[in-house]
Amino acid sequence: MQATSHTGYAGHHDHDSHGHPTGWKRWVTTTNHKDIGSMYLWFSFVMFLVGGAMSLIIRAELFTPGLQYVSPEFYNQMLTLHALIMVFGAIMPAFVGFANWMIPMMIGASDMAFARMNNWSFWLLPPAAILLTASIFVPGGAAGTGWTLYPPLSIQMGMGMDMAIFAVHILGMSSIMGSINIVTTILNMRTPGMTLMKMPLFCWTWLVTAFLLIASMPILAGAVTMLLTDRHFGTSFFSAAGGGDPVLFQHIFWFFGHPEVYIIALPAFGVVSHVIPAFSRKPLFGYVSMVYAIAAIGLISFFVWAHHMYVTGIPLTGQLYFMYATMLIAVPTGVKVFNWVTTMWRGSLTFETPMLFALGFLVLFTIGGLTGLVLAMTAVDIQLQDTYYVVAHFHYVMVAGALFSAYAGLYFWLPKWTGHMYNETLGKWHFWLSMIFFNIAFFPQHFLGLAGMPRRIPDYAQQFADFNVISGIGAFGFGFSQLLVLVVVFQAVKGGARAASRPWDGAHGLEWTVPSPAPYHTFEDPPHFDQAEAHG
Amino acid sequence: MLTFAVGKKLERSPLGFFLVRFRERQGLAPMFCHTAGGEAGGEREKMARNSNSKGGSNRLRRGSTGLFIAGLLGLFSSVANAAWELNLQEPATAVARRVYELHTLLLWVIVVIFVGVFAVVAYSLVYHRKSKGHKAAGFHDNTTVELAWTIVPALILVAIAFPATSALVDMRDTSEPDLTVKVTGYQWKWGYEYLTGDAAGVKYMSVLSTPREQIENKAPKGEHYLLEVDRPLVVPVGKKVRILTTANDVIHNWSVPAFAVKTDAVPGFLRDTWFRAEKEGTYRGQCSELCGKDHGFMPVVVEVVSEERYAAWVGEQKQQLAAVAEDPNKVWTLDEQHALGEKVYTTNCAACHQANGEGLPPAFPALDGSAVAKGPQAAHIEMVLKGKTGTAMAAFAEQLSDTDIAAVVAYERNAWSNKLGEVIQPAEVKALRGK
Amino acid sequence: MSHPASASRYFVPQPSHWPLVGSIALLLLATGAVLLMNSVANGGLVLTGGFVVLAVMLFGWFGRVIGESEGQRYNLQVDRSFRWAMGWFIFSEVMFFVAFFGALFYIRVLAIPDLASPEQAALWEGFQDSWPSAGPGASDPFSKMHAWGIPAVNTLLLLTSGATLTWAHWGLIAEKRTQLIIGLLLTIALGVVFLCFQVYEYGEAYAHMNLKMTTGVYGSTFYMLTGFHGFHVTLGVTMLTVILLRVLKGHFTAERHFAFEGVAWYWHFVDVVWLGLFIVIYWL
Ligand code: HEA
Ligand code: HEA
Ligand code: HEC
Ligand code: CUA
Ligand SMILES: [Cu+2]
Repeated sequence: MQATSHTGYAGHHDHDSHGHPTGWKRWVTTTNHKDIGSMYLWFSFVMFLVGGAMSLIIRAELFTPGLQYVSPEFYNQMLTLHALIMVFGAIMPAFVGFANWMIPMMIGASDMAFARMNNWSFWLLPPAAILLTASIFVPGGAAGTGWTLYPPLSIQMGMGMDMAIFAVHILGMSSIMGSINIVTTILNMRTPGMTLMKMPLFCWTWLVTAFLLIASMPILAGAVTMLLTDRHFGTSFFSAAGGGDPVLFQHIFWFFGHPEVYIIALPAFGVVSHVIPAFSRKPLFGYVSMVYAIAAIGLISFFVWAHHMYVTGIPLTGQLYFMYATMLIAVPTGVKVFNWVTTMWRGSLTFETPMLFALGFLVLFTIGGLTGLVLAMTAVDIQLQDTYYVVAHFHYVMVAGALFSAYAGLYFWLPKWTGHMYNETLGKWHFWLSMIFFNIAFFPQHFLGLAGMPRRIPDYAQQFADFNVISGIGAFGFGFSQLLVLVVVFQAVKGGARAASRPWDGAHGLEWTVPSPAPYHTFEDPPHFDQAEAHG
Repeated sequence: MLTFAVGKKLERSPLGFFLVRFRERQGLAPMFCHTAGGEAGGEREKMARNSNSKGGSNRLRRGSTGLFIAGLLGLFSSVANAAWELNLQEPATAVARRVYELHTLLLWVIVVIFVGVFAVVAYSLVYHRKSKGHKAAGFHDNTTVELAWTIVPALILVAIAFPATSALVDMRDTSEPDLTVKVTGYQWKWGYEYLTGDAAGVKYMSVLSTPREQIENKAPKGEHYLLEVDRPLVVPVGKKVRILTTANDVIHNWSVPAFAVKTDAVPGFLRDTWFRAEKEGTYRGQCSELCGKDHGFMPVVVEVVSEERYAAWVGEQKQQLAAVAEDPNKVWTLDEQHALGEKVYTTNCAACHQANGEGLPPAFPALDGSAVAKGPQAAHIEMVLKGKTGTAMAAFAEQLSDTDIAAVVAYERNAWSNKLGEVIQPAEVKALRGK
Repeated sequence: MSHPASASRYFVPQPSHWPLVGSIALLLLATGAVLLMNSVANGGLVLTGGFVVLAVMLFGWFGRVIGESEGQRYNLQVDRSFRWAMGWFIFSEVMFFVAFFGALFYIRVLAIPDLASPEQAALWEGFQDSWPSAGPGASDPFSKMHAWGIPAVNTLLLLTSGATLTWAHWGLIAEKRTQLIIGLLLTIALGVVFLCFQVYEYGEAYAHMNLKMTTGVYGSTFYMLTGFHGFHVTLGVTMLTVILLRVLKGHFTAERHFAFEGVAWYWHFVDVVWLGLFIVIYWL
């Protein structure tokens, strides 16, 4: 391995290249996309547990009416950190981890375009995570504003708010660098013969996602910067007395925030677009329309932001415009759903764990998408805004959508990463427990929301008690089921049946042409791209 | 009906058994039959409960997936039944009814789409399996169907855009109200001020009235736990009420589900909304925008009364206004002031600084022993008048009269261990106001 | 054997500890800033420490990259990667400014007229829709920053600097070293003069015009937009200086000088942002 790590310029000896470091130094200094991908994935899982533990605090407090375990302030802090950690610490890094592992292998590149910067993109995450979690322990506690950080409430917060602001800055830097890396890799490092329209869909979703990130993260950075100066330097962006407007923050935040939700969803679509064809043993249906749909979703996502702000008093014309624009997104998303369905149609289906998670994704994401459509109708949203209906909606698209898709990808590529097959029985258990408990946890929240239970409250009126108990049981069940995946991964890393280079007979793509586990450096020279491997 | 069947079933299932035990232990009302929103719902509910005690399938025996399916079915049945626990609260205005119907329509649309799509999936899952020996076809493109499933959903969306638009236009039409009330959100209470109509000039605060012990599980929870206030908003039935919202500190949201009203109260701006309640009754909602620590504890209660009762209520308010009209030149004694101050403190300050004056440091400082509360009077009064920008300490100049501020400051300086024994005359506050 | 610049093989850099150093620097910077802003002990110290570590990292890392570049490690593909990356980086910077321009637009076109509208009169009686405005709560009079004094001069300076930089680039391509060096020197000088004027302008604003960061939204948007722009000019000047030093050391050839071009792109971007600022902040 040491020898190969120099092949980029073999024989050309560098004064400070004392070989490939081992132990912790390997991970800290690595420029290898696989190492970095693994670090992203581990980091993301740890953050998932931390964020999940916070959600369990939330669910425990909500188990029955009355205040039981935590104070309202602490509840708000948990709620904020849960969301920030899950979104920025768990789901996004998980897909960046996939991108790091798979994109170079899928397009036949030796590594990411900027391997050293890639390492920095990862190592920026721990400082941000430290700032976020440490903020619980500073005077005044963490930000208790919800992940949306709306002023003037966020102006009132203590220094935990500043820590969250800087964490967001650092996360933003990480995302922007990571995205520039991915865009450049995809645009510039494809093996000869792989045109953009022959590129695997996962790469397409990431190309658009990276564009969304580069365009929207700086906007968020701007928003929190204004928040910071309003807090400490006497500016008045968000204060009416000075001529500003608290609602301005919401516009800027959601101009970032809505693309952000597709940043979470698109790579998930990408993974599923690989898993479903593989286990249907049939090429992906409608590749070209998939690509256009991804691009359309990415584009439209910049023009719908105020559907989060229907009750802020924006003018009627604004409400109407944003309602129509939001509805429009259902069309390209629908195209994707229909394409997946048709891919399975007349296939030769088997149901290994990746396929189960992809199917779970399909069913539950569609539910979440359809409730999103209900929310898009301004008049209905005015009833549902800031209720548990919204909470149910976004957990369907983010947990059952993005997280399930991430699991599908994990099980799908684990043999390639570790060289071992995972334990299928445990995998199936993991899926079914997740599927069942997820729905127990979140389906009743639709009813709670319809009946009028507001979100972000630590205590509630009695008529909401029953569904909250059910939801709590589901959440705990779901949470503890997730520990199974740890067992599965440890087992596969340690040993198990050896995986063939193409462990799934229906899978296509360059990544399946290399041995399992994939060698430390996959393609030192651009590989030959065979049409048969197109559109994996 | 099925909804309740599910409820009953749940009670009998192992899970339900646990739930029922659990609820008994917590001293909560029986399962699956509580009242929300208008009191009017009680009657129908009882009927529903009776009719479902028989009947029901053993769907739930099939374990937890059954629960999910039951939940789904419950959702559908709710449309037919309008059983409010699984659906929007019973509408009490024409607008709310339109929203309700719009939601029902949408629900059917998405259910049909969902069922349609997943019927196809289910067919594939059953018949196109490898284990059944099905061989994969090789097709991967078909422009016709791809166009069809782009255009058909688009048409569906266009179709639902029409009712969605007209319902919204209705909702936003705040013109020609019979009565206008300004609603101000404070951390964490509502201020109501009648701007027009007979009650013009009436102005008061509305605070959660659920006792602390209930919240802390030291006493059984009442029927309207967390949804009750000391002084509700009172409006006449059948009149168009325009609500102007604003806030004093952070963004709040004034919301009453039965009226389909939900509008942010943004500090420094006025927003408006309206409702015309059709039936007398008490309608309950909650602040619906995270506004800090006690966001979950600032309910909205609207009392809709007949014209006569409204007139009587207005009369009462006017009388009280006249009676309370303060004599700014009255000279206060220590005891008098202490008593008034305690009252003002409890309603306005205790949420943050706590009844015992110890606050919740570091977010909310203790006043017991505080340097400000034991320091010069002027600084203390100014703190209360002007608040401190960038913190939760709001300016109380607008909310409280000179008499109240004098009283509360004096109270803080005398209570707990502060014991300065001072009396502060309203005139001293007045003198500081202008500055 | 050493690979020619057009090698088809990919370039993958050696393991490096600079990323970790960079992360530590940012953690220190963030912690220091938080402590300082909340007046907790030693904030300034931690912040300074962060800057030092950051500087060390930048020197080390860029030194490394320059070394690799001069060591002919980068083939044409790497060169293309750099171009894509710089382009997207500048795009992200544009979006950062979009947030602030958007805020200014919103405030001028929506928030201020709304606050002054009859509907809001009950809250802010007598407030007039005008620009500049420090909002309905303002009492302190202040004066507006006029376009045709220093700002116009500054516009001229920056536009000229764009021209001198292009002139220097021509020199580089034509292998006229003197033209290259003089062009770069002029560009840097113009940038520095621009910054001096800006500092002077801020001084005037604080001392004589009562125009401060705290002067309502006018002050907020004015200082934030021009401030971040000034910060970017500072970065640009620094990068140009590095390029100048590299030129003096004999780096770059007529064919391969992406570092120069990347910095030039950046400089032009800063230039264009200024034009936007000049129009919407000072002029209109
Ligand atoms: C992965 C994340 C993700 C995704 C993909 C989506 C997808 C969508 N979301 Fe969601 N949303 C969130 C994450 C996400 N959302 C989050 C986090 C929030 C809350 C933030 C907060 O306040 O904290 C939120 C909130 C939110 C709101 C604001 C609610 C409120 O606060 O009041 C709205 C309103 O319009 C909305 C709408 C939509 C719509 C229309 C889609 C569409 O993209 C869905 C499209 C998909 C389908 C429609 C299903 C498949 C299509 C077919 C089968 C075709 C046929 C269909 C038809 C013709 C109808 N979302
Ligand atoms: C992708 C993002 C994501 C994910 C994955 C999740 C996952 C979960 N969320 Fe999420 N949630 C959000 C994003 C996400 N959430 C957002 C954006 C909000 C809005 C916040 C706001 O209003 O501002 C929110 C708000 C939110 C609320 C609403 C709170 C309120 O409004 O008052 C609730 C309540 O039920 C909830 C519950 C859950 C649960 C039970 C899970 C579960 O899926 C989690 C399951 C995982 C675990 C439980 C971990 C398991 C680990 C252990 C059991 C071991 C623990 C041990 C160690 C730590 C060593 N979330
Ligand atoms: C929404 C929460 C809130 C409410 C309600 C509130 N305060 Fe405060 N108060 C604060 C906060 C926060 C501070 C700390 C401000 C700071 O950082 O200096 C404070 C500070 C004070 C101080 C100065 C204490 C010190 O030692 O610095 C006094 C006196 C005070 N409040 C009096 C009152 C009075 C009187 C009322 C009611 C009429 C009241 N407060 C209501 C939040 C509140
Ligand atoms: Cu007031 Cu929430
Ligand atoms: Cu959105």
